[in-house]
Amino acid sequence: MSAGSVAYQMEQRPEPVRRAPLVSSGLLGMLIFIFAEVMFFAGLISAHTIVRAQTAGALWPPYGQPRLPVEQTAVNTAALLVSGIVLLLSWFAFRREPSSARIPLALSILLGGFFVYAQGTEWVALLGEGLTMQSSTYGGFFYLIVGTHALHAVGALAALGWAWARLNKGLLTETQLATVAAFWYFVVLVWPVLYIQVYL
Amino acid sequence: MAHTATAADTHHDAHAHEHHGPQGILKYLWSTDHKMIAMQYLFTGIAMGLIGAYMAYVFRMQTAFPGVNVPGFGQVSPGEYNSLITNHGTIMIFWVAMPVLVAAFGNFLIPLMIGADDMVFPRINRLSYQVFLLSAIVLIVSFFVPGGGFGGAWTAYPPLSAVAEYNQTNLGSSLWLLAVALEFVAFLLGGINFITTLMNSRAPGMRAYDIPLVCWMIVIASILFMLSVGPLIAGAVMLFFDQTLGTGFYDPARGGDPVLWQHLFWFFGHPEVYVVLLPAIGITIDVIATFARKKVFGYKLMLYTTVATGVLSFFVWAHHQFIAGIDPRMANVFTITTLLISVPIAELCFVIIATLYGGSIRLTTPMLWALAFMAEFLIGGVTGIFLGASGADIYFHDTYFVLAHFHYTFFPIAIIGTFAAFTYWFPKMFGRMMNDTLGKIHFWGTIIPFNIIFIPLFVLGIGGEHRRIYNYEHFPELAGEGMFMLRQIATVALLVMLIFQVVFFYNCYVSWKKGEKAGKNPWKANTLEWTTESPPPHGNWPEGLPNVYRGPYEYGHPDRKEDYWPQNQPS
Repeated sequence: MSAGSVAYQMEQRPEPVRRAPLVSSGLLGMLIFIFAEVMFFAGLISAHTIVRAQTAGALWPPYGQPRLPVEQTAVNTAALLVSGIVLLLSWFAFRREPSSARIPLALSILLGGFFVYAQGTEWVALLGEGLTMQSSTYGGFFYLIVGTHALHAVGALAALGWAWARLNKGLLTETQLATVAAFWYFVVLVWPVLYIQVYL
Repeated sequence: MAHTATAADTHHDAHAHEHHGPQGILKYLWSTDHKMIAMQYLFTGIAMGLIGAYMAYVFRMQTAFPGVNVPGFGQVSPGEYNSLITNHGTIMIFWVAMPVLVAAFGNFLIPLMIGADDMVFPRINRLSYQVFLLSAIVLIVSFFVPGGGFGGAWTAYPPLSAVAEYNQTNLGSSLWLLAVALEFVAFLLGGINFITTLMNSRAPGMRAYDIPLVCWMIVIASILFMLSVGPLIAGAVMLFFDQTLGTGFYDPARGGDPVLWQHLFWFFGHPEVYVVLLPAIGITIDVIATFARKKVFGYKLMLYTTVATGVLSFFVWAHHQFIAGIDPRMANVFTITTLLISVPIAELCFVIIATLYGGSIRLTTPMLWALAFMAEFLIGGVTGIFLGASGADIYFHDTYFVLAHFHYTFFPIAIIGTFAAFTYWFPKMFGRMMNDTLGKIHFWGTIIPFNIIFIPLFVLGIGGEHRRIYNYEHFPELAGEGMFMLRQIATVALLVMLIFQVVFFYNCYVSWKKGEKAGKNPWKANTLEWTTESPPPHGNWPEGLPNVYRGPYEYGHPDRKEDYWPQNQPS
């Protein structure tokens, strides 16, 4: 280090060691995916907001279209939120003793399943009342946004079911549970936003 | 398939076994090796690029010589013309620039440059390519369905794209949209892999500021893609429903809003420019540092500038819609943000110039490509200022000036940047050097015609020539002899440029067969990919992954006899 100018002085570094990742790869990949999903729903919400704001006479729902079952869906929303809380409990249980997470995890899946089922029955009723994707943009956005969320919910429930099956075999790792749970939290937490946007 | 575990550490252990995975032809379709997947993306991208170039050839012939019987195609009908220009744009952006610059070089370079044996999620990586291949097949199928391929321009504005009575390509437009959607799925999967790998799989000792800039750039581009693609997918689903289910999301008669699509599309579409630009800039800066034998001037400046560019790129999209009826006050805001984004881009240019300044420059073929990228991209950037200013854009909108402008950005990015990277990393990919003389013939044979193609188009655009017109003879004010001569100059230059690409493929073949053996580090470069064999074996460093002791650009250190200092050498 004799001839080197100040600009060229290299810092002294400790011996290289392999760092432990801050966030495990599986969870990090899922979080990045959730970011993309948040932007996807942001796109739907902004589209809905714009079209709703431009509706002639601010008539929303438009003339001749049924009112959405706000109260019934509030109950469904509560079930979904409780499912998220129960999943959080199952996470703590898993950290203590993996097998003790079985019941809360199953309960969380059942509550989530109830949500999807209840939303489905609601759809059938609304279709009977004349609200379809083609009947108005009101109906189109309703089925688009709620349906997209339902698809996410079904996918997340399938992932939770997979986690539950692995848990029963004693194969579930903490990263796997965290990754799957992160997606369910996304599905749970995005729903109140959609509920306020679409129903209220 | 024992070796394909999702976690990086278990994957690493499995490399101890030499023979595993599928053999034969399946090895190429079913491999989880990042280098193999990079090759798949690269060759698919090149094949799609040839299709896109063929389309350009056909419609340029029709534009310059209306009604001519195009050799290799025949008479071009108006519908075919629309389909050709639409799919030329779609292919060149989504099936050439994205897979080659982001996916192929990202896959090849990121693990090699950060000292990892593979991507973090090898199987997701494989799935990414398979979905991409499927999307390419769907797109190609869409040309041959009844009614022909989609012809509503690559931006697919409704109502033209949404209503079958208008576009006359009922099946073609749905397949086009489906192909684009599948392609996005492929890059979502790829992008998750890139970001996670860069975060979690770096070699021991490699700090954030020791990562080669090209890796940073590809990862920042992936982040931009992740954040911008969601709204477009939302919009695409709505467009797909409008096409197939008869919903009215974009139909004003039924309460929808056609301009909504433009917002959703360009909210993605503008960051997309930077998604492909950033890897090209990263490639350029790496090549220039190596061949200027000089440390990159302002590594951190470059990195922060890139982040600033990425952030700003989310606030400029409406400059594509100045004449779509948006509020003039909004147009002012977007004019300002658009002009602002030229500041970080100019900074990137100055960093590159400052890196060149005082270096001992070696004008190898990759260096020529890298310098040409800077020079040509600058023209694209400067002409963009005219279009970003809403007042001037009212005149320039949808003229050939716009077309020439974005070809001066996309051609340097997708073609020149790719050639820079390809010629630079060819020795690492295939183990042999490329022929430098043939490389230079190809370089000049591409760059000179490129300028002769697009400079006349600027002139035509200023003269008021609108884009996407089948036959200019139907427009007396655009059918003058002078204007047709400029069109013909551009078309002839295109033919010359396409002919010179034969030199490139000949060079690839000859070098691949008989080229001089490259050895580990033919360019005397610092980054980690040059410390392993060429081509790298499965697992990249079979004798153990490297350690990192310094930054990637320590060229010309005064205390050393040699003018380079590989990142993995302790002293």
